[in-house]
Amino acid sequence: MDDFLVRALIGGLVVAVVAAPFGVFIVWRRLAYFGDTLAHSALLGVALGLLLQINMNVAVVAVCLTVAVLLFLFQRQRQLADDTLLGILAHSTLSLGLVFLSLFETVRVDLMAYLFGDILVVSRGDIGWIVIAGSVSLLTLIKLWKPLLLITINEDMARIDGVHVDLVKLAFVCLLAILVAVMMKIVGLVLVTALFIIPAAAARRVSQTPEMMAMVAALIGAVSVVAGLAGSYRWDTPAGPSIVLAAAALFALFYALPLTRHDGSV
Amino acid sequence: MGVVENNDIVLDVQAVSMRSRQREILSHVDLQVRSGEVVTVIGPNGAGKTTLIRTALGLLKPTSGQVSMRPGLTVGYLPQKFHVDPVLPLTVRRFLKLSGAVDDGEMLAALTEVGAEKMLTAAMQTLSGGETQRVLLARTLLRNPELLVLDEPAQGVDLHGQVELFSLLEKVRSERGCSVLMISHDLHLVMASTDRVICLNRHVCCTGTPAAVTKNPAFVELFGEKAAANLAVYAHDREHQH
Repeated sequence: MDDFLVRALIGGLVVAVVAAPFGVFIVWRRLAYFGDTLAHSALLGVALGLLLQINMNVAVVAVCLTVAVLLFLFQRQRQLADDTLLGILAHSTLSLGLVFLSLFETVRVDLMAYLFGDILVVSRGDIGWIVIAGSVSLLTLIKLWKPLLLITINEDMARIDGVHVDLVKLAFVCLLAILVAVMMKIVGLVLVTALFIIPAAAARRVSQTPEMMAMVAALIGAVSVVAGLAGSYRWDTPAGPSIVLAAAALFALFYALPLTRHDGSV
Repeated sequence: MGVVENNDIVLDVQAVSMRSRQREILSHVDLQVRSGEVVTVIGPNGAGKTTLIRTALGLLKPTSGQVSMRPGLTVGYLPQKFHVDPVLPLTVRRFLKLSGAVDDGEMLAALTEVGAEKMLTAAMQTLSGGETQRVLLARTLLRNPELLVLDEPAQGVDLHGQVELFSLLEKVRSERGCSVLMISHDLHLVMASTDRVICLNRHVCCTGTPAAVTKNPAFVELFGEKAAANLAVYAHDREHQH
C-alpha cells in the first residue's frame, strides 16, 4: 500500500478512536451545534495563522480554545437561546476568517482542504501532532469521565456529591476545542461534527451502558475510516466526505435492523 | 456555606432572602433541622419551596442571610425532576456504580432496603415514577446519609405508591436515624410522619408540630378551611387511642 494511504489510515483511525468518547458526550449533552461552532471558528484560526505568520496548528487551537471559553461564559446569560448565540458566533468567525483569507492569493486552492479535509496529504508530522493531541485529550477525558457523566445525568446531584461542575464542563469544552482543531485536517471543518455524532448515534442502538456506547462508537468510526478510504481509493471520491458517508451508511444499517433496543422496546 | 456550632443542629438556614429580577422569592426564612428530625416544608405553588431547598443545599446563593451545615455532613438529595435522556444508555447497576457502590452485593443491599431489588439490570428509562424514586433513594443510602433532602418525593407516583413510599421513608429514617428535610404537597401523608411542619409562602407563615399547625389561623388562611378541617380530624385520629 502506498505510503500516503498508510498515513491516511493511521491518522484516520487515531482520530476515529479519540473522537468516539467525545462524540457520545456531544450526543448526550446536545453539543452538536457547539462542536460545529468550534469547527467554523477554526477557519479564523487558519487566517490568523497566515496573517500573523505563526504555526497553523497553534493558531487554530488558540482560536478554538478562545471561542470555547467565550461560549462557556456567554451561556450563562439568559436573553438569547443557546443555538442563536452559537449561530451568531459560528458564522461570524467563519466570515471573518474568509475575509482575512481573501487577502492571500493562494486562498482558492487551500480553502477546499480546510473545508473538507485533506487526509491524503497527512504527513508524518501531522500524525505526530494528531497522536499527541489525541492522547492527551483522551487521557484527560478518561479522568473526567465519571464526573462528566454524573453532571450529564443530573447536575444538581453531581454538585451535591462534590463534583466541581463548572471546572469539569470547562475542561471538557477546552478538550473539544483542541480535538476539533486537530480533526480539521482530516475531515475538514464542515464535516468534523459528523465524525463525532454519527458513529455515536449508531452505537446507541446496540449499547446498554455509557462505556459500551463509547467503545462501539470507536469501532464504528474506525470501520467508517477504512471503508471510506477504500471507497475513495477505488472510486476516486474525496476522502473526508467518503468517510462520513460510510458512517452514515452504518447508522442507517443499525437503525434498519430489527435489534431489540436496550430500553425494552424494539 | 458556614458551619453550625451546635452539634445537634444538622442544617441551619438563617434569615435567608432570595431576590431574582426584581421579584422577592424568599423573605427572611429561618429553618433548622436537628439530628434525627423530620421537617416538612409545605406551601402553595410558587411559594419558593424548591428555591429554599436548593439554597439550603448550597446549589443557590441567597441574596441575604446564611446557610450552615454540620461539618462533614453527608447529604442525600432526591430532586423533584429526575430524567435520564433516552439517548444515554444507563442501567440501574451502572447508575449505582457511578454513585459510589463498590460491588453488586452493596447495590443489592441498598436496592433491597428500598424494595427495588429486581431492578438491578433494568434501564433507568424503563422505570416507573415510583421505581425511579426507590432507585434514587437506594443511591443516597449507599453513602449513609445523615441528612436526606427530598423535593416532592411523591410527585409522579400513584396513590398506592405514595403510601408505600412514605412508609419506606419512615422505615429508612428510623433504622438509620438520619434527618429528613422534605417538600411535600401531600398534607395527609406529611402529617403522619413529620416532627415539624413549616408553612412557606415566600416567608414562613407558621411552624410547629402538625397538630399545632393545623390549628394555626395562618395555616387555615393558606390552605383553606376544608383542608384544615380534614387534617384536624386526621391528626385527631392519630392521637386517638382505643
